[in-house]
Amino acid sequence: MTQSAAPTRVPLVDYLRLEPSPHLVAHECTNCGARFFDRRNACAACEGTDFVEAAVASEGTLRTFTIVSFAAPGIPVPFVAGVIDCDGTHVRGNIIGVPPDADHVHTGMRLRLATTSLGPDAEGTEAIGFGFTPIAESNDATDQTTEES
Amino acid sequence: MRATDDIWILGISMTKFGKHPYLDTVDLAAEATLGALRDGGVSMADVGVIAAGCLMGAGLGIGQALQKQVGQTGVPVYNVANACATGATAIRTVVMALKAGEADIGLAVGVEKLAGAGLLAGASRKNDSSTWTPHGRYGAVAPVDGRIGTETMPGVFAQIGMEYGHRYGGTSFELFARISQKNHAHSTLNPLAAYTKEMSLEQIMNDVMIAYPNTRPMCSANCDGAAAAVLVTGERLASLSDDQRRRAVRISASVLTTDPWEPGCQVLPDVNTLTRNAARQAYETAGVGPEDLDLVELHDCFATAELVHYDNLMLCPEGGAVDFFESGAPFRDGSMPVNVSGGLESKGHPIAATGIANVWEVATHLRGEAGDRQIDGARVGLAHVIGLGSACGVHILERAG
Ligand SMILES: [Zn+2]
Repeated sequence: MTQSAAPTRVPLVDYLRLEPSPHLVAHECTNCGARFFDRRNACAACEGTDFVEAAVASEGTLRTFTIVSFAAPGIPVPFVAGVIDCDGTHVRGNIIGVPPDADHVHTGMRLRLATTSLGPDAEGTEAIGFGFTPIAESNDATDQTTEES
Repeated sequence: MRATDDIWILGISMTKFGKHPYLDTVDLAAEATLGALRDGGVSMADVGVIAAGCLMGAGLGIGQALQKQVGQTGVPVYNVANACATGATAIRTVVMALKAGEADIGLAVGVEKLAGAGLLAGASRKNDSSTWTPHGRYGAVAPVDGRIGTETMPGVFAQIGMEYGHRYGGTSFELFARISQKNHAHSTLNPLAAYTKEMSLEQIMNDVMIAYPNTRPMCSANCDGAAAAVLVTGERLASLSDDQRRRAVRISASVLTTDPWEPGCQVLPDVNTLTRNAARQAYETAGVGPEDLDLVELHDCFATAELVHYDNLMLCPEGGAVDFFESGAPFRDGSMPVNVSGGLESKGHPIAATGIANVWEVATHLRGEAGDRQIDGARVGLAHVIGLGSACGVHILERAG
């Protein structure tokens, strides 16, 4: 069959753009600058209805996290979930490429957007997700005092 | 005295929280309602308005089902749902009706059966479909819980506590566990709590990790229970007996808020701003400050949440929640006892009952009827709940006379 000319890829969510290189976009209110990731009816901050697409910085700082050990069926655990401050825009995502324990993850760490594959569907289309992975930093002590893993 | 303009608690009651395998939600709501009516010395025939909540049974009309067991008088019922703030919303609804002059006695009731319900996850995630097809407001081709962060309650509230640590420092797994240890210790004096066993720090930290840094005993306890309150206008109260007037508890402030827009509030729920706004409005309305409070029941749905609400309710200076806890203030022998009932972590959290049960706890201390766990001389107290979404209820109560 000629189905496989070029394997197609789709982003997990529409605010992840794969071209030219993977990045996130937000709906930015032209009146007040508030940013949103979901489809909008109006601006929750100022009631404006005019939005532009704004690229979100692909590097940021980990503002908070949790290590989820107990989740709904079908979700592999443990994993690290967090909120990343990308130049003032808060982004939700998993922290990947790091052991999921409090010795290796700490608030304030620098992170960069990275993509993940969810695999192909029945028609061969690959879904691409995203997470954030640590940017190499000096191996300093963290402010966490826990010994629990 | 401004007595006649105020709304008062005339009668209030809660069931034992825990497992009630042989009682349904109507049985529990009826037990709390009959208890509150008896406590207030009135009957359903005196009640002019009812607000009722049962979050897991929303749509079933718990208010009417209750009437059919304890008294069908034909008065209006408002079935309310506002996540974990449902009980406070029921009280708030009755307060508004009474203030508007629509009735002079009203009933607020909340009930839930949650024993054995497991964790309060977000939506349980659906399976992936056979093709990646965009759905919903994010155009998601597959469920995102676990793929783009977490939607579980323990995970969301863990991040809320960790964010506080990021902003102000001083938090640790052990600190959050010690908050839980406090509440489990408090519950040993509360016969109506679902769990009444003291837990050591080691037990808490070594228990099953749910979402770091919250282990199982640091999460609210799912259980069955109900609570009900009969409220009365000051004018009607003035016509009641000496004993009813003596035991009545003044509702000095009844406030409900939602989230004002803040950057990032749609990414991680901001439970701070609306709680701070509710507290500020409540203190202003009541004409009291945090320093006047003798006890506080706040929404410790997770140990990580209790910490941030010390700050949000202004029990400490901004950023000072860790120091506040370390000072011993929120322990029952401290300067500002918090969750002497055992809180949601140990007393339990039958969702729609919670926002009335915490008012019962405060009212019972103000009446001097809290037995072994009485906070001596309590005159003013605050009850707080928050439901994600979000809704925040704050009630400030004062002893009569
Ligand atoms: Zn706007």
